[in-house]
Amino acid sequence: MRNLFTLIGKELHLYFISPVAYVVAMVFLAVSDFLFYLQVRGISELSSRHMMQMQGEVPQLIVHEAIFIPTFRNMSFVLLLIMPLLTMRLFAEEKKGRTSELLMTSPISITQIVFGKFFAAMLVYLLLLILSLHLPLVLSIVTEISWAPIFSSYLGLFLMGGVFLSMGLFASSLTENQIIAAVIAFGILIGLWIGGVSGANASESGIGEIAVYLSISKHLEGFIKGLISTRSLTYFISMTLLGLFLCYRVVESERWK
Amino acid sequence: MIAVKQLSKRYGPVVAIDDVSFTVDKGEILAFLGPNGAGKTTTMRILTCFMPATSGTATIAGFDIFEEPMAVKRRIGYLPESPPLYPEMTVEEYLVFVAKIKGLPRAAIQPGLKGAIEKCGLGEVSRRLIGNLSKGYRQRVGLAQALIHNPDVLILDEPTVGLDPRQIIEIRELIKGLAGDHTIILSTHILPEATAVCQKVVIISRGRIVAVDSQEKLSSRVRKSEKISLRIRRGDAASLEKIKAVAGVLQVSPQASEEDEVAYIVESNLGQDIREHLSKTVVEHGMGLLEMKPLVLSLEEVFLQLTTEEKMPESQQQTVKDAS
Ligand SMILES: Nc1ncnc2c1ncn2[C@@H]1O[C@H](COP(=O)(O)OP(=O)(O)OP(=O)(O)O)[C@@H](O)[C@H]1O
Ligand SMILES: [Mg+2]
Repeated sequence: MRNLFTLIGKELHLYFISPVAYVVAMVFLAVSDFLFYLQVRGISELSSRHMMQMQGEVPQLIVHEAIFIPTFRNMSFVLLLIMPLLTMRLFAEEKKGRTSELLMTSPISITQIVFGKFFAAMLVYLLLLILSLHLPLVLSIVTEISWAPIFSSYLGLFLMGGVFLSMGLFASSLTENQIIAAVIAFGILIGLWIGGVSGANASESGIGEIAVYLSISKHLEGFIKGLISTRSLTYFISMTLLGLFLCYRVVESERWK
Repeated sequence: MIAVKQLSKRYGPVVAIDDVSFTVDKGEILAFLGPNGAGKTTTMRILTCFMPATSGTATIAGFDIFEEPMAVKRRIGYLPESPPLYPEMTVEEYLVFVAKIKGLPRAAIQPGLKGAIEKCGLGEVSRRLIGNLSKGYRQRVGLAQALIHNPDVLILDEPTVGLDPRQIIEIRELIKGLAGDHTIILSTHILPEATAVCQKVVIISRGRIVAVDSQEKLSSRVRKSEKISLRIRRGDAASLEKIKAVAGVLQVSPQASEEDEVAYIVESNLGQDIREHLSKTVVEHGMGLLEMKPLVLSLEEVFLQLTTEEKMPESQQQTVKDAS
């Protein structure tokens, strides 16, 4: 346990002294704020027209439908694009700088190394999500919003991040080049993302169903709409564990080369 | 303390080491000497449980490297060929991190850190970023990293590489000082390093051990005095006395020789050429000089002979090919 905390601490330390995490955070927050602003402006124009007709406020559910659902959708796609930057360094750099030799000859297990890196990345990601909470908070000042679907959306985003980061970690374990690691991670994530889109077109066949089930975006959709299904929970958690397992296997097999 | 038994390692078709066996006693320093690509690093990586061997095994402090790797890792300090450093960390941050993952109890971390910094002469740079240090200082940080948890066994892959001559001497002294409490294996291409620091030398070439020797035996092979092989036609006790009387001669030892001649090894101080006086004496007393040649069968030569003898034909073939 102590080893795990040491390893998480070291990774967090390296995150906070390198510019990558800050750049990722800034891009994420700036882009999601901008997209959020576009949604809000759209709805406010719409509602001013409504108000003339109905003399009433915009109902909460419509606020969620009209503002948060598109915002979270956009946010998840932005995350897909930037999260590989958070994980690309994790194993690639250890290999390149030969520090893997230190880790692998120290009395710590590969599981601890993999989980140390994963949890550190998750903590950084959690921080990112917490920072983005200012969007609903700001909106809640001017209008009533329903918090339940917001929380389920955040839960969904958090679990989705687990998949992104574990797959990114796996990609990073494959190479000692950070750029290649990021590109591989993009490849895996985009494959998982659009699997559903292409699968939906062929949904009669069994392959189509599998593709839909594997699609990250489809599972996230439920959370964003305020539905937490065990099917999606199982999906996110098992995909995360799959990424970590693959990563473990790669690190482990590296020794046998 | 360390027992290596018939260790072999293949990388696909490449045999990196083949049937390597040796032992190191507690408190001893063993040098692993060999040219590039001999398999030194490979052997050390296996001993530190970084990678498994293809066959054979080894025990360190009584623990098998395959069956109880965690127990072995806890007892080893390892300086890899390129020091495993995080350039973004300061020396202190890095060493504290290493101390923690090596399992040092919390209370022992600060004393361990202080000790390692002091031993490796890092006091002045302890708060600087590792990325900004010179190569020599990085090597020292690598060494500090290996000894921070005060391990029973130290495995050092070319510890003096990249250091300036004064630092080399300092680090050698440091390593010598560590022996006794620690059992040490170090690798080097440099022969004087092996003889200066180590009790035992294993010479390895292309994956095979070609010689294992103790330091005493090595020193006797290493040139400490000038030696001249002298062969004369007529030699007796009187001529022996006369040769001994030549200015600068330290010792004369008779050698086994053929019937009608006598052979001596004449030793003199290092750097002193007595050949002129010697030949004059021999000729003046009518001993019948047959041959006089300096003997320089130093360990360097032994090393070169042992590690290159099979390569000679290859390079000759090469020249033949080039010529044709
Ligand atoms: N990962 C690898 N894949 C294939 N062959 C390898 C690998 N690592 C080492 N070798 C080969 O194994 C042999 C021994 O290499 P090793 O690094 O142990 O030599 P060394 O004695 O440490 O040499 P040097 O003095 O140059 O450091 C070499 O022929 C080398 O080419
Ligand atoms: Mg080497």
